[in-house]
Amino acid sequence: MPANHSVATLQARFGDAVRHAFVSCGDTVVVIAAARVHDALAWLKSTPGEQYDYLVDLTAVEYRDRERPLEVVYQLWSLERKVLLRLKVELPKDQELEVDTVTDLWAGADWLEREVWDMFGIRFRGHPDLRRILMWENYAEGHPLRKDFPLRGRFSRAEQTRQALSGDLEAHYSLEELAIKDVTP
Amino acid sequence: MAGTRTVTYELGTPAVDAQGRPAREPLTVVGDGEIAGDRMLINIGPQHPATHGVLRLVVELDGEVVVRVIPHVGYLHSGFEKLGEYRHYNQIIPLTDRTDYLASMSNNVGLALAAEKLMGIEVTERCKVLRVIACEMSRIISHCVWAGTTGIDLGAFTVFLWLFQERERLYDFIEAWTGARLTTSLTRVGGLMADVPDGWTDGLRRWCGRFPPVLDEIEAMLSKNSIWLGRTVDVGVMSAAEAINWSLSGPMIRASGVPFDLRKDRPYLGYETYDFAVPVGEHGDVYDRYLVRMEEMRQSTRIMLQALDRLPDGPINVSDPRVILPAKSRAMSDMEAMIFHFKQVMEGVAAPIGEAYQAVEGPRGELGTYFVSDGTAKPVRWRIRPPAFINLAALPKMSEGHLLSDLIAINASVDIVMGEVDR
Repeated sequence: MPANHSVATLQARFGDAVRHAFVSCGDTVVVIAAARVHDALAWLKSTPGEQYDYLVDLTAVEYRDRERPLEVVYQLWSLERKVLLRLKVELPKDQELEVDTVTDLWAGADWLEREVWDMFGIRFRGHPDLRRILMWENYAEGHPLRKDFPLRGRFSRAEQTRQALSGDLEAHYSLEELAIKDVTP
Repeated sequence: MAGTRTVTYELGTPAVDAQGRPAREPLTVVGDGEIAGDRMLINIGPQHPATHGVLRLVVELDGEVVVRVIPHVGYLHSGFEKLGEYRHYNQIIPLTDRTDYLASMSNNVGLALAAEKLMGIEVTERCKVLRVIACEMSRIISHCVWAGTTGIDLGAFTVFLWLFQERERLYDFIEAWTGARLTTSLTRVGGLMADVPDGWTDGLRRWCGRFPPVLDEIEAMLSKNSIWLGRTVDVGVMSAAEAINWSLSGPMIRASGVPFDLRKDRPYLGYETYDFAVPVGEHGDVYDRYLVRMEEMRQSTRIMLQALDRLPDGPINVSDPRVILPAKSRAMSDMEAMIFHFKQVMEGVAAPIGEAYQAVEGPRGELGTYFVSDGTAKPVRWRIRPPAFINLAALPKMSEGHLLSDLIAINASVDIVMGEVDR
């Protein structure tokens, strides 16, 4: 199957920032430099002829091979042209795991980026509210979908129970966070 | 309480416009009573019948008006995606039952399609048609639960009883086919766990004939009911542009006027050969979401009837002994079959190195499955693109500025399943 034409246009527009592109199982994948991914996504979203206006999914991948970098994966869909495109950013593990947020482009990225932070420990620069989402706020065992995270968790069941029972229920959500005045506790 | 609600509907049938739609008169909140400006913080859930599971909402109120909603999810987090990395592809299928337990069969199909895309397997014609029937049954069951529970949230109990009766009848068909009602584990990579029993298709055809009149009754009761209209019209509006920006999918985006349906836009299982319409709303409010889902149930019935008409004879599984388990009798009597049986159970089916994203139009929207394989029998990454999770993220956007009671209606209209939101 021929690659999506956006591979060529991305290479023409972003040059070396496009690291490589390939087709896997019929899906076109473009790997792009972390520093340019926000520009590339903004360009893909708004440029006529590209019009990837719908963010299908935002997730991350860690490989079993410890040497391989983590990947942040953006699934894009053009409602107008009915084309899928997958963009990837590689984040080497010896560097800061950080990439620019795309919440300014798609509001729907808010929870998805929070989930990637929660599960993989990848930070999104400029995200308005980067809190854990599926695990609780003071969860101390790390980021569960990382390959070095054991399937049963880091803490023993007894320790998990102890923490759950000793935890302050209100700490899950503090009034300061809400910044509401005139609330009687 | 500050804010008085002026309901302009008279009891009885309100006026309808040329298209037969009820005339829309906006509900207005008038006045700002004496305690305006005083904020109140209330907590709804996680254990609350109107949160449809274990959703927790922290709501900041000004009188009765919602100023801010902060949803908390994760109470049902089970780490399915992590568990999937430790399982063979076929062993993941029981996990998909448990993510979206109201539409387990369409989840099973979604996973099998993604694994087949990854491995380059083309399933048989009979399998495709049976999977279409399974997907549409799931859609109807899920929408029945949606309409029933939303009715209860808004004070209409009858819908729940009428639709759950039909849902039970459908579950009887599912039980006869798969042996289970909720956790069906219907599909296998390359086929299905079982063919339908004798006489099953005739029974389902009879059911398809009697189901639309039930929908007629429900629409007669709700569609022009002044209480129902008052609770749903112009509540929780999302414009088309907002719906796209928030990545909504399924009935949520279609109610906002975006005709985005994967069965039409990215067809799978031969959906492009079926004759059905995609209902699209206009106003993006709770009422349009109701109308869209009611019409989708009719269209699903149409698809099921077409599928029953064309259901071909033939095998349900591909004839590849590396992928499909041999019959038990052969495995016990034939050396070669036993070896294949042993290798599949012990080693699983290895997928080639690569990655595949495949989505199906689930009852809640785009249910995607993203597999990354490193050439072994277990995926490196199994990602569910969860439609309910992404739709729920727009809840604060939809409900801020509405009344607290509208928040319940809006939350119901999102049609969340916490098993899928939290995974």
